Amino acid sequence: MKVLKASDIREYAQSGTEKGPWIRVGMDTGGIAAGAKAVYEALVEAREEAGASIRIEKVGSLGLAYADPVVVFQCESGPPVVFGSMNPDSARELIANHCRKGVLLEDRVMASRDRGESLEGGEQLAILVKDTSAGKHGDRTEFFQQMIQDELDFYGLKSTIRVYRALDMGLYNKGVCLQLLPSRVTYGGVSGPDIRHIIKESLRGGTILEDLLVRGSDPQERIVLRNCGQIDPDSIESYLRADGYSGLVRSLTEMTPEEVIEELKVSGLRGRGGAGFPTWIKWSKTREPQADRKFVICNADEGDPGAFMDRSVLEGDPHAVLEGLMLSAYAIGADKGFFYIRAEYPLAVERVQRAIDQAREAGLLGENILGTDFSFDAEVRLGAGAFVCGEETALIASIEGRRGSPEPRPPYPSVKGLWGKPTSINNVETLAAASAILEKGGAWYSGFGTEKSRGTKVFAVTGKVRNSQLVEVPMGIPIRTIIEDICGGAGTESPIKAVQTGGPSGGVIPLQHMDTAVSYESLQSLGSIMGSGGMLVMDEKDCMVDVAKFYLNFCVDESCGKCAPCRVGGFQMLQLLEKIHSGEGSMDDIEAIRQICRCMQTASLCGLGQTAPNPVLSTLKYFNNEYIALIEKDKPLAKAGLDLSEEGASW
Amino acid sequence: MERKRMSNTGELGYLFDWVESVQVKVRELVGEWKDREGNLIMILHAIQNEFGYVPRGVANELAKELGISLARIYEVITFYHYFRLVPPGQHNVQVCTGTACYLKGSSELIEELEKRLGVTEGEALPDSEFHLETVRCIGCCGMAPAIVIDGETHGRLCQKDVAGILENQRRGKRV
Ligand SMILES: Cc1cc2nc3c(=O)[nH]c(=O)nc-3n(C[C@H](O)[C@H](O)[C@H](O)COP(=O)(O)O)c2cc1C
Ligand code: FES
Repeated sequence: MKVLKASDIREYAQSGTEKGPWIRVGMDTGGIAAGAKAVYEALVEAREEAGASIRIEKVGSLGLAYADPVVVFQCESGPPVVFGSMNPDSARELIANHCRKGVLLEDRVMASRDRGESLEGGEQLAILVKDTSAGKHGDRTEFFQQMIQDELDFYGLKSTIRVYRALDMGLYNKGVCLQLLPSRVTYGGVSGPDIRHIIKESLRGGTILEDLLVRGSDPQERIVLRNCGQIDPDSIESYLRADGYSGLVRSLTEMTPEEVIEELKVSGLRGRGGAGFPTWIKWSKTREPQADRKFVICNADEGDPGAFMDRSVLEGDPHAVLEGLMLSAYAIGADKGFFYIRAEYPLAVERVQRAIDQAREAGLLGENILGTDFSFDAEVRLGAGAFVCGEETALIASIEGRRGSPEPRPPYPSVKGLWGKPTSINNVETLAAASAILEKGGAWYSGFGTEKSRGTKVFAVTGKVRNSQLVEVPMGIPIRTIIEDICGGAGTESPIKAVQTGGPSGGVIPLQHMDTAVSYESLQSLGSIMGSGGMLVMDEKDCMVDVAKFYLNFCVDESCGKCAPCRVGGFQMLQLLEKIHSGEGSMDDIEAIRQICRCMQTASLCGLGQTAPNPVLSTLKYFNNEYIALIEKDKPLAKAGLDLSEEGASW
Repeated sequence: MERKRMSNTGELGYLFDWVESVQVKVRELVGEWKDREGNLIMILHAIQNEFGYVPRGVANELAKELGISLARIYEVITFYHYFRLVPPGQHNVQVCTGTACYLKGSSELIEELEKRLGVTEGEALPDSEFHLETVRCIGCCGMAPAIVIDGETHGRLCQKDVAGILENQRRGKRV
């Protein structure tokens, strides 16, 4: 690629994305593990055989992990259609039937979350149907499919409108749901007699059945994930066409560094790596000190087990993170940046490295970027499997080539960081949001979220949930909406018991608090934290003492061993938990655990030790009956299937 | 590294050849990193990519090449889980023990693997066919429980899938 001028970048942004028809295949680590490569190859092969001219693009993940491999198809006309759980055979079928005859794929087509509310503008061509009732017994999808078909036949519509079983409707426990395409009008809680009405009045009569209509679209808001699954992460042009680097152009050519920081201030963005520190303050604190050199670092260590937001962003839209890093460098006056990426994420490393190389070739890295005084370059440094290296001072030690032992703070990295120079460290998601903010403006961003927690947050919802996936929602949305409406609720026969947030530094949130609105403050008041955004759903079979033990075990293993409260305290506490778990514990042990927790929280050197007690304390707070059951009855309450409704004495 | 044929100086000659080839290799791997700040971990990654682990002889050469003490290199190797001090088996099996995988039954996968492979987790038998280790979250939590064999991720596993996966991997390498 030639060296770009500001005008070139603006031109790309105006040219927009290339027009269809196209097919996109989600090729992130998750998609590939589920077989996306074979699907991609089958698509290409079938296209060649059919002599069709369809662009087939490799993209990152749309976030729908439960449906991997995911393929999105945009025909000449109509809305793009998402297909999940693909395999090479269905890929070939897609080209042969969908592409040529407009036929969708049974049991693979997914309903659009973007629901229509009007039937104007053309005939309906297809109906998607699915029984979304919970439990296996309620599956009447095929029955309804047949019923709709018969009804269409009755009206002589059988040859014009096709009926398909959908893989997923984006609606759960709403009975039988239907979506009409291309209008995307969606009906829920449909019963047998409703079918006739829908066909007679909606399909033939063109009116909307208000009492069945599902209003409103998916509550998600994609800012950080704006390009994931939409653009080719290996192509800088693809990013440029999606308005990429226009925030950089704007900042470098029209704004002073102070104005960039001001824009961040207006946006209200707080760090997405865990603590939620206002990004603009961090940037201005690093801008203040006089120094011959300054550094910026992207924290892509994502050590929190059960979280994969950062991996998905790095694999799906690496240029957005790089742009964010450049903006932070411009704002604070740094000339060098590092991506600290965990070695367990080889594909992320590869894609970020390619993004850096491409940006350098396009003149966006190097000397006098876009003809301005700003010079900056970035490189990748690998982690080596140490959770503590996500902590800022340990991360700095690791980049310097040392053991990742944390240092006491202050001095903060903004004063004395990498090689003693002022350094700003931001999380992947924070930087991806920053590039969106400089493109669209801080005021726009602050329009999402709550008073104190602005914008959106990406969560990785996993565990005992029906649809494991990434979601990006405005702050302030109830946890229940995320777990039940977006992710479909319980994934097993057993009901949901709790949601764990914040990983090893967080805690569990029991069912009774599920209506809490997510924000930094609300989660903290429940004894958990937002953390990096992992959300682990647990069902009644999961023993909370075991869960506490699991997290503590993790922290004990990952402790760097430098300070005694964390090294000794964690180990002692783990032994007590093991004792209780094996049925040998006493009530005194619980008191001892509480004491150790206090000591670790107040005296540990770094965040790892300070927060390691959180999972223990929060399970003690909400599920003390499980501890007591183990102590008094030698039985894990969860696994023994005892009555969970009894609330134990409060501590 | 390939064992060189014995030279006419006998055992000792072989040793010299070996040392020399290690030196050449280390110099090559250190290459572009030599004068960069904070290079040690990146070089260790390069070494582990090359040899599958960090052999003592190589660490020794590296100390000389970079002009730092061997102790400083070992301090780093032993701190980070990722670096190995013993050679891995022909096939490397990594079981994720992150939270999502744990909740979804990674312990059962480990049990099954240990039974089928006749090794315990973390144990390295020299020249063994499979090497079994656990890792912390590989970021495929949406497909928990997951394992990685020779760099390839398999998700949504249950105990009964294990035999087939191992068999495929075995065959894959023989062809
Ligand atoms: C033990 C420990 C592990 C951490 N791991 C990560 C991590 O993997 N990724 C991350 O972005 N932040 C992690 N953090 C938080 C970072 O230290 C830091 O606060 C963050 O990267 C700052 O970026 P932000 O302001 O954009 O959130 C960790 C903190 C601690 C104490
Ligand atoms: S917990 Fe296993 S991949 Fe994340």
